[in-house]
Amino acid sequence: MTRVDRQSWDVVVVGAGGAGLRAAIEAREQGLRCAVICKSLFGKAHTVMAEGGIAASMGNVNHNDNWQVHFRDTMRGGKFLNNWRMAELHAQEAPDRVWELETWGAVFDRTPDGRISQRNFGGHEYPRLAHVGDRTGLELIRTLQQKIVSLQQEDEREYGDYEARLKVFQECTVTRVLKDNRRVSGVFGYERESGRFFVIEAPAVVLATGGIGKSFKVTSNSWEYTGDGHALALLAGARLMNMEFVQFHPTGMVWPPSVKGILVTESVRGDGGVLRNSEGRRFMFDYVPDVFKEKYAESEAEGDRWYTDPDHNRRPPELLPRDEVARAINAEVKAGRGSPHGGVFLDVSTRMPAEMIKRKLPSMHHQFKELADVDITAEPMEVGPTCHYVMGGIEVDPDTAAASGVPGLFAAGEVAGGMHGSNRLGGNSLSDLLVFGRRAGLHAARYAAGFATGAAPAVADADVELAEAEALRPFGAEGGVPGEEEGAPENPYTLHQELQQAMGDLVGIIRRAPEMEEALHRLAGLRARARRAGVEGHRQFNPGWHLALDLRNMLLVSECVARAALERTESRGGHTRDDHPGMDRRWRRVNLVCRLADESAQQAVTDSALGLVRLERCETPPIRPDLMALFEKEELTKYLTDEELTS
Amino acid sequence: MSYQARFKVWRGDADGGGLADFEVAVNEGEVVLDIIHRLQATAAPDLAVRWNCKAGKCGSCSAEINGRPRLMCMTRMSVFDPAETITVTPMRAFPVVRDLVTDVSYNYAKAREVPAFVPPAELGPGQYRMQQEDVGRIQEFRKCIECFLCQDTCHVVRDHEENKGAFAGPRFLMRVAELDMHPLDAADEAGVDRRRGAREDHGLGYCNITKCCSEVCPEHIKITDNALIPLKERVVDRSYDPLVWLGNKIRRRQGT
Amino acid sequence: MATGTDPEVSAAADDHPARGVHHASRAAIPARHLRADRWWLTPAATAAGLLAFVAYSTWRAFAGDAYYAAPYVSPFYSPCLAANCVDMNGGADWELVGSWWRLSPALLILIFPLGFRLTCYYYRKAYYRGFWASPPACAVPEPHATYTGETRFPLILQNVHRYFFYFAVIVAGILTYDAVLGFRDADGAWGHMGLGTLVLLANIALIWAYTLSCHSCRHIVGGRLRNFSKHPVRYRMWGWVSALNARHMQLAWASLVSVAVADLYVYLVASGAFDDPRFF
Repeated sequence: MTRVDRQSWDVVVVGAGGAGLRAAIEAREQGLRCAVICKSLFGKAHTVMAEGGIAASMGNVNHNDNWQVHFRDTMRGGKFLNNWRMAELHAQEAPDRVWELETWGAVFDRTPDGRISQRNFGGHEYPRLAHVGDRTGLELIRTLQQKIVSLQQEDEREYGDYEARLKVFQECTVTRVLKDNRRVSGVFGYERESGRFFVIEAPAVVLATGGIGKSFKVTSNSWEYTGDGHALALLAGARLMNMEFVQFHPTGMVWPPSVKGILVTESVRGDGGVLRNSEGRRFMFDYVPDVFKEKYAESEAEGDRWYTDPDHNRRPPELLPRDEVARAINAEVKAGRGSPHGGVFLDVSTRMPAEMIKRKLPSMHHQFKELADVDITAEPMEVGPTCHYVMGGIEVDPDTAAASGVPGLFAAGEVAGGMHGSNRLGGNSLSDLLVFGRRAGLHAARYAAGFATGAAPAVADADVELAEAEALRPFGAEGGVPGEEEGAPENPYTLHQELQQAMGDLVGIIRRAPEMEEALHRLAGLRARARRAGVEGHRQFNPGWHLALDLRNMLLVSECVARAALERTESRGGHTRDDHPGMDRRWRRVNLVCRLADESAQQAVTDSALGLVRLERCETPPIRPDLMALFEKEELTKYLTDEELTS
Repeated sequence: MSYQARFKVWRGDADGGGLADFEVAVNEGEVVLDIIHRLQATAAPDLAVRWNCKAGKCGSCSAEINGRPRLMCMTRMSVFDPAETITVTPMRAFPVVRDLVTDVSYNYAKAREVPAFVPPAELGPGQYRMQQEDVGRIQEFRKCIECFLCQDTCHVVRDHEENKGAFAGPRFLMRVAELDMHPLDAADEAGVDRRRGAREDHGLGYCNITKCCSEVCPEHIKITDNALIPLKERVVDRSYDPLVWLGNKIRRRQGT
Repeated sequence: MATGTDPEVSAAADDHPARGVHHASRAAIPARHLRADRWWLTPAATAAGLLAFVAYSTWRAFAGDAYYAAPYVSPFYSPCLAANCVDMNGGADWELVGSWWRLSPALLILIFPLGFRLTCYYYRKAYYRGFWASPPACAVPEPHATYTGETRFPLILQNVHRYFFYFAVIVAGILTYDAVLGFRDADGAWGHMGLGTLVLLANIALIWAYTLSCHSCRHIVGGRLRNFSKHPVRYRMWGWVSALNARHMQLAWASLVSVAVADLYVYLVASGAFDDPRFF
């Protein structure tokens, strides 16, 4: 057994995107020593891909906006499945989190009176998204990165060491959260560069690892999005909720094949872009659901007037919440009215002068020009749905972001569940990262401070050895592991492709019971084969090995998605059942929660009916009356059961 | 549409290595990074490469293609002749780790040496007022995705390892310029002299404005014209203006 | 652990004398560069163009004759400050220096445009690349063992560019005066226009465009400001200068050619090789 490097920190943050960095800043500002672990280089996290903006009801552009309106929009977008307390905290605290960024050096686009400019977005009643052109995520991540650097500079002045109290371990992967009895005691992981293992002992661990998109074939997510945090939490005994809700962004690139899935920002539609089918028809007018009928334009003329006169006209249906638009595009393509490469047309070229397109949507112009040879100022884009975001995630306490059932484990950002209900509004993600990133960092720090006098949970050598053996397995797979199932070694890349194919085809945007049963069956087969995933070469920067280890996480998370999706016999937000097309008010009261079948067992259960994941139905907490009062009774009757309304 | 392309990819580590030959399928619309991924999935499963967003937004997949610093995800195969042999090597200004992956920690060290934004003491969160025309200049610099291609191509450090200590490189001199142009940065009040710092701590004088940084920038930031030269001019204001110099001289004499 | 953001200290610098891209820590690639395109074309063309101008201007500057063909004066010889200048009939022949100066009067004044162009941010790039190969092209190694850039004497003097800019504005003003005098005929009567008038006008337009597009000018006009919004007029001017500045390289070459052409035109007329076509 090789010697494993061990270090002790107060708080460990896994993930260096918006939520992770915000949590780390908070923990450090509370005076604790904080380590951040990330798979990529510092500053490359997937947050940079966010384009549109940060939703916060600052009311800079329309002074009617306030947190109550934001709360209302968020609940409507999530079809009332949101954890109401999280939605409330989010709406209340988002403006402070944005303003704070300015004091750290962020430079947002401005209004004529010098405030932060805000733009329209799907599902938001007022212009609400603080933005920087269409690269808001980059601004966010860079600002947080530079804030961390400034804290390190302070520490350098005080202790002579930049990394005395805040250190980023970049290009490292965590494969296990370690525990001492029920409590978190640290993490186990490896350096991607050298393949060396390490243990960081810490009483508090914040998971901020983002999403699961890499389990799907067409996705806007990067290789990092393998559901690590979801799986780590599950394996540590925490629970995942609402995993059936996966957001398919309506507009991803569809051609050329190598860029299929890359995001086309919603701002294209927010700024005037329209969707057309192969017959040239603006088909979104045919897809306005009843719950939204009064809020969207009925004619093209009215929709067009809205851009300049939003007070007297209703918005065009291209700006419906993402789930509605994605389903509509899917239906058009299935009906044979799609574009040549299997999408629909998104056109700004006939809607705005070329100069304005280049100014308002610079990175879209650049992206299509460079990657698809399409000049969006002269011709329409081809777009189609792409897997973008998972609403489901770790079940957490809304106020403290503490994962339920595992003392010392916290979660924030996409990896945490509940905030967005069944569907996330655009712009609510970046604000979610900041609001709950800060809360997770704060409460992790408070929790860890309780161990200041010693008696912190200990890391057992046996657990480290188990984690090490698990991580080294792919190298031994070639020769066959004694006592294990027979068979030739499997190529991890092949397994990954098959997983993506299965999830994309069978648990994708439109779902049916038999297909999801088939998916569970295939997942069981893949699970068994993944045990034999073998790799060549050595541990130094070996991508095949990294993928083989990530497969465990993707398979676990995929099983949660498929199982929950099969169970929920209704359509709501990011979960659409062909065999149960309607939304059912009784299902609103139910959260589907996944936990590991047997926390100690690690064998691949090949029986698809059994699997590794157990599903439970939990009742959603009742919405506080004063928050209920923010809605019209008439609207509530669409979502809430009669008994909820009367009680 | 598809064809077999010839590739030479550098494989090795700090102890040595060389260009390895590959024949690999290329399909319509692909970029160099797609081909590297195809090599990983077929001929070379342990080929090390750093990448992330694959959309030119994160700046991870920097390398040198036919000798030119580029992002692999933004280099389309259609710009090459199908008969051409395409050479892909790691960035050559930084220590190599393995295959196409280099140790870019020089850049992170330099980032730390630039004093951070100093918030004005009199303004609280939410009280900042800045006009769009005042922030437009620095927003261009903040488009930077930190791919470090400018740092890689800059001959000051690429050709002279010994200059790495004294020279921050175009990316971080641009950062100094950004902060010096920030409408609300209160560095002066905090006793931080960014212009003196640019010259004395970050080696602005090493830059001989030969513009390779601007040439390779995938975000098309005009690093030299809009950041480095304006910064040089600001340093002239600060350090090379004979009137200012004379004034300081006289004042100093009076002081002693 | 080596995963922080601190660079590992490499002791290689002393042990291995190999420089730059062949430094021991870098990827082992024998080739100095792998560029497959014709990267040498631009520096070679730049060097050739600059050399041609230097050769021509040296000859003309030292010649000391055939620089005035009433009403036209060569831009190389204006203002003409020595006693040995020809009479320019109201032109910029001001005897400031005295009769001890026996050399060509061009040498007195060319210092200023020469200094302006020598310290210009574009020309610096051009000759650093074209003559000094520092670097010859991007990602092509330079041949020098050490490099200190503009941190030391003499190159630290490049920082005086701004003061040459002030002189360049004065010189451009005088050349404008010369161009206006081109509307007089050979006897000094107004209402004349010949091909030479057009040549001088085109030249002075390009000289102004080049001078105003200068990076120092851009800085002085508005670039040095922290808040454009408080100086709307300077912000506008900065915008115009910035637009010109984006074409600084093209203007540098165009004005270089136009100066030489204007001088050549005057030379040809003055030496009798050519008669100035007259429009009115």
